[in-house]
Amino acid sequence: MIEAVGLTKRYGDKTAVYNLSFQVRPGTVTGFLGPNGSGKSTTMRMILGLDNPTSGQVTIGGFPYRKLPNAPRQVGALLDAKAVHGGRAARNHLLCLAQLSGIPARRVDEVLGVVGLQDVARRRSKGFSLGMGQRLGIAAALLGDPQVLLFDEPVNGLDPEGILWVRNLMKSLAAEGRTVFVSSHLMSEMALTADHLIVIGRGQLLADMSVRDFISANSADFARVRTPDTEPQQREKLSSALTEAGGHVLPEQDGALRVTGLPLPRISDIAHASDVRLWELSPHQASLEEAYMRMTQGAVDYRSTIDQRAGLMQPLPPGYQPPIPVPGQGQPGWYAPPPPQPGGQPFVMPGQPGQVPAGPYGAPAAPAAPGAGGPNPYAQPASEDRAPAGPAAPAQPPASPAPAADLTKPEDAR
Amino acid sequence: MAMAHVIRSEWTKIRSVASTVWTLSAALVVTVALGMLISALTRREFDSMSPRDRLTLDPTFISFAGMSLGQLAMIVFGVLVVSNEYSTGMIRTSLAAVPRRATFLFGKITVATALALVVGMATSFLAFFLGQAVLGPHGARLGDPGVLRAVVGGGLYMTLIAMFSMGIAAMLRSPMLSLGVLMPFFFLISNILGNVSATKKIGRFLPDQAGSRILQVVPGAADDTPYGPWGGLGIMVLWVAAALIGGYALLKQRDA
Repeated sequence: MIEAVGLTKRYGDKTAVYNLSFQVRPGTVTGFLGPNGSGKSTTMRMILGLDNPTSGQVTIGGFPYRKLPNAPRQVGALLDAKAVHGGRAARNHLLCLAQLSGIPARRVDEVLGVVGLQDVARRRSKGFSLGMGQRLGIAAALLGDPQVLLFDEPVNGLDPEGILWVRNLMKSLAAEGRTVFVSSHLMSEMALTADHLIVIGRGQLLADMSVRDFISANSADFARVRTPDTEPQQREKLSSALTEAGGHVLPEQDGALRVTGLPLPRISDIAHASDVRLWELSPHQASLEEAYMRMTQGAVDYRSTIDQRAGLMQPLPPGYQPPIPVPGQGQPGWYAPPPPQPGGQPFVMPGQPGQVPAGPYGAPAAPAAPGAGGPNPYAQPASEDRAPAGPAAPAQPPASPAPAADLTKPEDAR
Repeated sequence: MAMAHVIRSEWTKIRSVASTVWTLSAALVVTVALGMLISALTRREFDSMSPRDRLTLDPTFISFAGMSLGQLAMIVFGVLVVSNEYSTGMIRTSLAAVPRRATFLFGKITVATALALVVGMATSFLAFFLGQAVLGPHGARLGDPGVLRAVVGGGLYMTLIAMFSMGIAAMLRSPMLSLGVLMPFFFLISNILGNVSATKKIGRFLPDQAGSRILQVVPGAADDTPYGPWGGLGIMVLWVAAALIGGYALLKQRDA
């Protein structure tokens, strides 16, 4: 078990970690989340006794790392996969680490097999790809068969197959009763890997709870109710009726209502009683990614600004014809669904009242949509990470086979 | 127990990188070859020398003429052994495996020093024998008074130079910075300070000036050095100890 109490680290006048207290328990994968520069790596280094805390302390099994008896056999860590001497062969790299902790050379070949690097064991790590380097780092962490494992961004640079492998490895390590502490800035990855979450921002603790609790605490279930767009007075009527019944009603941008505090059948009954027709009544849960973004919003250090485009682009050579854009592609509102804003439309409605819909899912700004192949439920606008993915979700199978990117959507579809 | 682990691990580390072979063989080849060249030139000019020069001719010291250049390769060896850990980031992995930093640093220095000693001794003896062979009739023999001391001292000198560099590199961490400080210092500054009369009195207490006193068998005519051969080596040992203690003190309290 890892236990931090009031951990604080200052570098000069910059505070990297402030008053951090948490526990990492054995038998579960604990995700350590935070935006870039939020102090994750600093905390990891303090756990390993590499950096001395300015105040507070962190212990493993009750001992500060530097006092831990036989530390490398109890704790394995991947801090930075690039931290190898490029001129040294992979096997020799692991061998010198094994010898440091008195681990037999046989174990080196074992872990090389575990991470799948046995064929390149005698090659210099200089020529390794990002993913191979990451595997080498994981092999180093596994060397001592330790009870406590720390991984700093282990999936960086791995291909989907590698990500899946790391995920399963972490889970199986935790299932064996080990303490597994994994840092990441990818909420979606942690949602699949971790059982417990510790979220920090600007070096301070934002959340320390199980993934399940994190989801329900940060994303209240809500129902989306849509009345006919053609009759706005029905919306007002339903809205007041729902409020009267104890519900909490929030209007959404596109005219739908976000209702909390009332179960779906009750909403339906109220609508029926007040003689309001419904175009939509659907259960929703805000995604994990959305909750995470909301939580860390104030704690993001590096935010991009709008590119003012200083006019530095070179003019095209004379006679050069710019490629004619393919209709629909890359143009918002052509046939792709509108960007997934909070409260995006689950079913795309006709833009103006009275306009004939182009089809059951016809996009409003695309009268030519059927000709262009109809609405594409998978044509997601670029900002995937903004989560609630309203439009695409209903068209997708709830158990999406896509591994990493779509993790948060099934939540919404359920 | 832990020390034995560190020593075995450091041996693996040191033999599994190419720079070890390159720097150490460069130290040996440069020292021996340059010593032979200077010996050959001395032999040719012997007949035209003044009687006074012939009397103070130090054949042992002449065969070590290459050491001033060969020691630079030793410096590179010493710097790389330590600073490679920092430039690659291995230091974090290493210190996570060996939380006791004294064990780690001195284990590393022990292995590198042992290797430097073997190569330094080989260099010194090889430079002596080949140099004397080239000098022919004017050469010295190992049995002559003071000669064995000078040859063994040559090996120790090379080793101490490498150790001094390790201490400096442990303090400065960056290989470029360490080499940028050590190279000009030993190649230029120390020589200038030691040869300009105004600074000579200070210059001869610098590590290389003091340490290389042991290489001389026949002291120069106007020799007024306040220390003997072993005294000079002792001064160098003090420098090395200071560098290593400084390196350890910084490693102990610094964040890795």
